[in-house]
Amino acid sequence: MMISQFFVLSQRGDNIVFRDYRAEVPKGSTETFFRKVKFWKEDANAEAPPIFNVDGVNYFHVKVVGLYFVATTRVNVSPSLVLELLQRIARVIKDYLGVLNEDSFRKNFVLVYELLDEVIDFGYVQTTSTEVLKSYVFNEPIVIAPARLQPIDPAAIFTQGAKRMPGTAVTKSVVANDPSGRRREEIFVDIIEKISVTFSSSGYILTSEIDGTIQMKSYLSGNPEIRIALNEDLNIGRGGRSVYDYRSSSGSGVILDDCNFHESVRLDSFDSDRTLSLVPPDGEFPVMNYRMTQEFKPPFHVNTLIEEAGRLKAEVIIKIRAEFPSDIIANTITVQMPLPNFTSRASFELEPGAAGQKSDFKETNKMLEWSLKKASVESFPRSFMVSNITKEAGPVSMTFTIPMYNVSKLQVKYLQIAKKSSSYNPYRWVRYVTQANSYVARI
Amino acid sequence: MAPPAASQRYPSPSQPSGKSEVTDLKSQLRQLAGSRAPGVDDSKRDLFKKVISYMTIGIDVSSVFGEMVMCSATSDIVLKKMCYLYVGNYAKGNPDLSLLTINFLQRDCKDQDPMIRGLALRSLCSLRVPNLVEYLVGPLGSGLKDNNSYVRTIAVTGVLKLYHISASTCIDADFPATLKSLMLHDSDAQVVANCLSALQEIWSLEVSHSEEACREKESLLSKPVIYYFLNRIKEFNEWAQCLILELAVKYVPSDSNDIFDIMNLLEDRLQHANGAVVLATVKVFLQLTLSMTDVHQQVYERIKSPLLTLVSSGSPEQSYAILSHLHLLVVRAPFIFASDYKHFYCQYNEPSYVKKLKLEMLTAIANESNTYEIVTELCEYAANVDIAIARESIRAVGKIALQQYDVNAIVDRLLQFLEMEKDYVTAETLVLVKDLLRKYPQWSHDCISVVGGISSKNIQEPKAKSALIWMLGEYAQDMSDAPYVLENLIENWEEEHSAEVRLHLLTAAMKCFFKRPPETQRALGIALAAGMADFHQDVHDRALFYYRVLQYDVHVAERVVSPSKQAVSVFADTQSSEIKDRIFDEFNSLSVIYQKPSYMFTDKEHRGPFEFSDEVGNIPITPEASGDIVPAQQFEANDKDLLLSTDEKDDNKGVSITGSAYTAPSYDNSNISSQMQELAISGSATSAATPQSSFDFDDIFGLGLSTAPARTPSPPLLKLNPRAALDPGAFQQKWRQLPISLTQECSVNPQGIAALTVPQSLIKHMQSHSIHCIASGGQSPNFKFFFFAQKESEPSSNYLTECVINSSSAKAQIKVKADEQSTSQAFATVFETALSEFGMP
Repeated sequence: MMISQFFVLSQRGDNIVFRDYRAEVPKGSTETFFRKVKFWKEDANAEAPPIFNVDGVNYFHVKVVGLYFVATTRVNVSPSLVLELLQRIARVIKDYLGVLNEDSFRKNFVLVYELLDEVIDFGYVQTTSTEVLKSYVFNEPIVIAPARLQPIDPAAIFTQGAKRMPGTAVTKSVVANDPSGRRREEIFVDIIEKISVTFSSSGYILTSEIDGTIQMKSYLSGNPEIRIALNEDLNIGRGGRSVYDYRSSSGSGVILDDCNFHESVRLDSFDSDRTLSLVPPDGEFPVMNYRMTQEFKPPFHVNTLIEEAGRLKAEVIIKIRAEFPSDIIANTITVQMPLPNFTSRASFELEPGAAGQKSDFKETNKMLEWSLKKASVESFPRSFMVSNITKEAGPVSMTFTIPMYNVSKLQVKYLQIAKKSSSYNPYRWVRYVTQANSYVARI
Repeated sequence: MAPPAASQRYPSPSQPSGKSEVTDLKSQLRQLAGSRAPGVDDSKRDLFKKVISYMTIGIDVSSVFGEMVMCSATSDIVLKKMCYLYVGNYAKGNPDLSLLTINFLQRDCKDQDPMIRGLALRSLCSLRVPNLVEYLVGPLGSGLKDNNSYVRTIAVTGVLKLYHISASTCIDADFPATLKSLMLHDSDAQVVANCLSALQEIWSLEVSHSEEACREKESLLSKPVIYYFLNRIKEFNEWAQCLILELAVKYVPSDSNDIFDIMNLLEDRLQHANGAVVLATVKVFLQLTLSMTDVHQQVYERIKSPLLTLVSSGSPEQSYAILSHLHLLVVRAPFIFASDYKHFYCQYNEPSYVKKLKLEMLTAIANESNTYEIVTELCEYAANVDIAIARESIRAVGKIALQQYDVNAIVDRLLQFLEMEKDYVTAETLVLVKDLLRKYPQWSHDCISVVGGISSKNIQEPKAKSALIWMLGEYAQDMSDAPYVLENLIENWEEEHSAEVRLHLLTAAMKCFFKRPPETQRALGIALAAGMADFHQDVHDRALFYYRVLQYDVHVAERVVSPSKQAVSVFADTQSSEIKDRIFDEFNSLSVIYQKPSYMFTDKEHRGPFEFSDEVGNIPITPEASGDIVPAQQFEANDKDLLLSTDEKDDNKGVSITGSAYTAPSYDNSNISSQMQELAISGSATSAATPQSSFDFDDIFGLGLSTAPARTPSPPLLKLNPRAALDPGAFQQKWRQLPISLTQECSVNPQGIAALTVPQSLIKHMQSHSIHCIASGGQSPNFKFFFFAQKESEPSSNYLTECVINSSSAKAQIKVKADEQSTSQAFATVFETALSEFGMP
């Protein structure tokens, strides 16, 4: 292990926190790092990889809410360990501050230093458990009121970050007391599914995958044990068969390709009745990650048609059909399609009566964008027309969020909190959300 | 992004550091220092925060050191912590002032509150001031005995800090021994984990000048210690688990039951959500089963799914780290992953560093059953908006074409790329078509008709232009306008900036001239004249050479410049299998990410816990190993013009096979049949399965048959540890200490002497007999080698040997020194036997 330094830089490259544990890396490492990341290659498109070596110093970084979390070392360490650690440090800090951003960081940097001192000693990781850290950390967080955040629409909390959503819903610190003095007893369990689908040009599904997480955040006092029951017809692994074998019928329950669990989870009765038991530590953590390639019904069907209408003109028709129950509403939907470089003009036709929809042609990156605030099953299909393009456009990609809906049919059947008193009845929130990861239709 | 208002409120480091602010702070702190007024702690907190915020953004606040220390006489733990942080940061630069802090830190080390004891001890050890070490020993000693585990964890790390400030103080106080007993007896898992990391670090650094450290380091790898850790691995937190797993990797199991016991103990670690734990476990599994072919393959099957889950469940950065390891496994055993190819399809929103890895993996696993799908998918990426990825995709298609037998369809796809009329697509494709033609000349007809239609005006990139020119020269008889296109290009000689293109123009003009003299004569004349007047040395030289050869004899010139060629069967691999094996040994480290063994990017002292590399690094194969790549690249470079004959290529491959042969036995050299299996695996894994290489196998197999019976009747009395490790410092020390127990002269067979032209080959040969070289030198006729070996049963029993070989007399002088003198004769026999086999077929 042995990390030499840890620091957090803003998007502009300012030091927000900086801790040197072993004094092995020469001064100026923050500048070296920032320059390297900003100007990785002449080619502006190439992003700097998360790990690189400059003059014998290895730099590791992860990007969280636009901030760079960086570690340096001269030792040939395990790369996963350091990246995992950086991600974990970000989560611990978020647990304490409630909201993770540059502002909350700057207001609480003394607390952050306090945390860092306990998380790493002389370059060796000590603990990253919010629970354990609580007894060593004394500064109280200065919580930023959520109202001071930029106004965000309800789904935005699920759309930050590239792949894993950061803090799901709750933006209160695990240690801060409510102004009222009493803490609300509650527990959140979120089933978050990111789906990737690739449609061929003829509209059939080439690949599909669900990457899911059951995420938990507990504000229960006294650390009671919790039991979570999942679908009884849940199966894991598909024997020796290829995971992309679509012949298996979808009627035989939920079949996960594979899953892994948080270290606090006990699986004693998982094989018999599909229940997980755990004493949830404080803070937010994934109880279980799972992966599924079993055939499922994609929430949207995308169909694209291009017709050349003359030598310098083409017509694109994009049809999107929603295929989920009518009481479910999807929001923040964006459809994007790159157009050829020589496109000079695009015009749009939306279906009559389309409210809350916007279409735009971004001249700079030749990108066609169509966004819908929200959509339920009635508001589809939609199509619109663009002119003046020929071949080499596409593929069409789509992003969306569908709250209270999950495609895998994995469910939390019940959430049991073991506590003796009968009057004890904390709030339990079980929420589902489906999000597009890579949702692409080829042309 | 923070709202703009926020950024104004905080000073950014680019703003000038206010000297006046610091002076201000100084006087305010001074006022508060003596005050006992109520609420003074709150004001102190505010001031302390300000100091630390200046410190963070790089303003020098060391001038308030005295005031900070004065203010720290408080019972407020938050204040104390801030003060400790400050002191830790500036003590090194102000050793005199640090003395001020010693008093209050020592007092705090005896506080009632374990929290304060711990914090004070940590700060005390973090001062990093050499002349204060005497103050550390006492508090550390009591810290290690503290009844609170928090204090003990800190004290253990404190010992390590002390070691780095003053190693002798740490050793003299006998702290390592205390840590060892804590490690084996403490009830707190974190204390135990810290002991392990501290001891590993201390003993690795001590090894060079202390035999005891060497033994202690070995003892960490003894069976009881390993099982002590593995049996209670779940009591440790995830980070400490990684530490333990990394230790277990180095353990040499006694038998196969031992191996299965460990694997069963660790099986459920593969389900951990932390990728670092899973990868560390995977490494243990892979290393343990290296000598068990079937189980090793089962391990691959077993780890596939957990790794794929980790790839899709983490942040892009975490995925990248896991994917890099999958990449390594995929390249080693493509057939195991062949059916999982869809997992390596790129998603449109992935960062380019992830996409690049995936493209390489798709290339590696393409085989007869999945090529069609993979190539179809790659062709989709060729139209990608991200040009870098589009280029990589086209290259991937080309690589697949070069490694497949049935390339019919792929060639069609490539030709379709040319019709896309995107400059960069055309450029990449041309380079590929050229390589394809070199391997499959039978396609020339189809390719030429398409390539002929490309206007050279649309191609700017030197590599693509060179490829086109090469084809014009090579296939001048099939492309009707070849001479005229070339002439056109030659006439614009002055505008051609790339020397590479000009070199190709010269050669192409020559080739074209031999095929169609009347049409090319004029162009060749211009080219030679322009070439001889060129500023670029190589262009000038080549033009002059062509000119002279033509002058001498046109037919000779033709034989030199445009001989009939055999198709290239396999393009040289850029990385030797030896380097790949080294990277595999360093699984779960940065070596995998950088795709380089650690000695290429770390200085020795920082190679960390991966002693594998040290062990091999001692043998001076380093220059040779890195040199290995260079010839391969030169191959590629030379290939551009003159194709190597198949035989030469296969020679090259033969070398790589012997390369793997010598690493394989290091795991088990007593069993020849397993050695052969190893060979078979590495052979197929490096996809060198051509008829020629199987012939090589037979060769080696023949050796196995002939020597095996010879060896069985007299098994060596002495078993040596195939993975022995001794670092040069320890070797030197031993060499000086021990008396010579044996001197012998023996003869080396003539084949051996012949093989000695490459002294490395002897080193490899001896290593396969568990005798390791630590240094070598000399020149023909006198070569000098220092070897060492260890008894398998007792790692502390070493044999050191000096071996001087005179190649003209074919005699070797051996001097043996041994820890256990009584067995030195047995060792000498083993050594002599090994030496006498050197060079035998």
